[in-house]
Amino acid sequence: MAQKLKFDLVSPERLLLSEEVDMVVLPGHEGDLGVMADHAPLITTLRAGWLIVNPKSGYDGERIFVRGGFAEVTPAGLTVLAEQALRPGEIDGPLLDAEIRNAEEDVKDAKSDETRLRAQYKLDQLREVRSAL
Amino acid sequence: MASLKDLRNRISSVRSTQKITKAMQMVAAAKLRRAQEAAEAARPYASRLGRVLANLTAGMAGRADGPRLMVGTGKDQVHLLIIATADRGLCGGFNTSIVRLARERINRLVAEGKTVKIICVGRKGREALKRLYGGMIVQTFEMGHIKQIGYAQAEDVAAKVLSMFEAGEFDVATLFFSRFRSVISQTPTALQIVPATLDAPESAGLAADLNGAIYEYEPEEDEILAELLPRNLTVQLFTAMLENAASEQGARMSAMDNATRNAGDMIKKLNITYNRSRQAQITKELIEIISGAEAI
Repeated sequence: MAQKLKFDLVSPERLLLSEEVDMVVLPGHEGDLGVMADHAPLITTLRAGWLIVNPKSGYDGERIFVRGGFAEVTPAGLTVLAEQALRPGEIDGPLLDAEIRNAEEDVKDAKSDETRLRAQYKLDQLREVRSAL
Repeated sequence: MASLKDLRNRISSVRSTQKITKAMQMVAAAKLRRAQEAAEAARPYASRLGRVLANLTAGMAGRADGPRLMVGTGKDQVHLLIIATADRGLCGGFNTSIVRLARERINRLVAEGKTVKIICVGRKGREALKRLYGGMIVQTFEMGHIKQIGYAQAEDVAAKVLSMFEAGEFDVATLFFSRFRSVISQTPTALQIVPATLDAPESAGLAADLNGAIYEYEPEEDEILAELLPRNLTVQLFTAMLENAASEQGARMSAMDNATRNAGDMIKKLNITYNRSRQAQITKELIEIISGAEAI
């Protein structure tokens, strides 16, 4: 591949990645999308899911879990602002299970529809991470 | 005149106080470095988010039907003050100066007949305000048990603020915190966060950046904006809390440095007094012996 894409992954607490890559697959709000060099300028929100750096064939690139946030594509490169970004190794299994149990209780105990929806959303996100481990 | 024993006790007590202040200074210096690093690490996120928001809002400017977090409720009757202070004292005028700024604002708002609500982030702020304005405090968030302020803490506070806003419990929110300038200088700052005040859109610079191209939005601009504004609020809170943490450690460091130096001066003075009175006593004893010998 001739051209490289400048890719920055930023979470509120730190700058995770800043490197030249061939391609990044983003979990966009309206479906996954691949970004390569010279992509049209774009701003999209992200859903919770896996961001894949440099996939070769299928989904076997470096995977990073992102939760909430958005991506900005400019001619200068791609910037992903994720509310939370974790490498697979940083996701703590037992802690995650405990969180899932907590979230399940939250869904059960929710008093209003709004809080239940929010808890359910959180639970779904957590389950998604768990299943992908 | 104090006896020799009293002086000795005094000196040793000042010396142990000096050891404590010296240790606190060094701990604060170490924590300051970490707090500064954390504040530095959070900067790219905040600045990029600000840039995207400025770009988005430029297109929305002047529209009355924009998100309420941006255009406000159209009133300014109920004010929410979010006062971020430290959880611990012994950091010079750090807490006092934030509280003083907030108190001036409260008094002015009350004089204008506005309703004031307060959210305290950090224990010291509540302690200083509860006597006069106890009834106005809605909630207090304590950070004492947390070593390193994370995004999760800012999310907690933001969730509370947002749910209050959705319930229509306030019209304008202002955040009080201390901006970190340097180790010896921290400025208490008031920042209005609802309705959002965004930096003037640098549309000229952005357009050049894009070579005249226009962003595609996915989903629609309004939806993205509606999602980004609450996030921006959280990030502003997070940045403020990190700045506050750095300021606190900076303030504590210089306060403890002063205290250590004062203790040193005090020890020096006490030592001189001690040596003088010891000398005086020896001289007195000698005179007594000599005059006793002469008398025989």
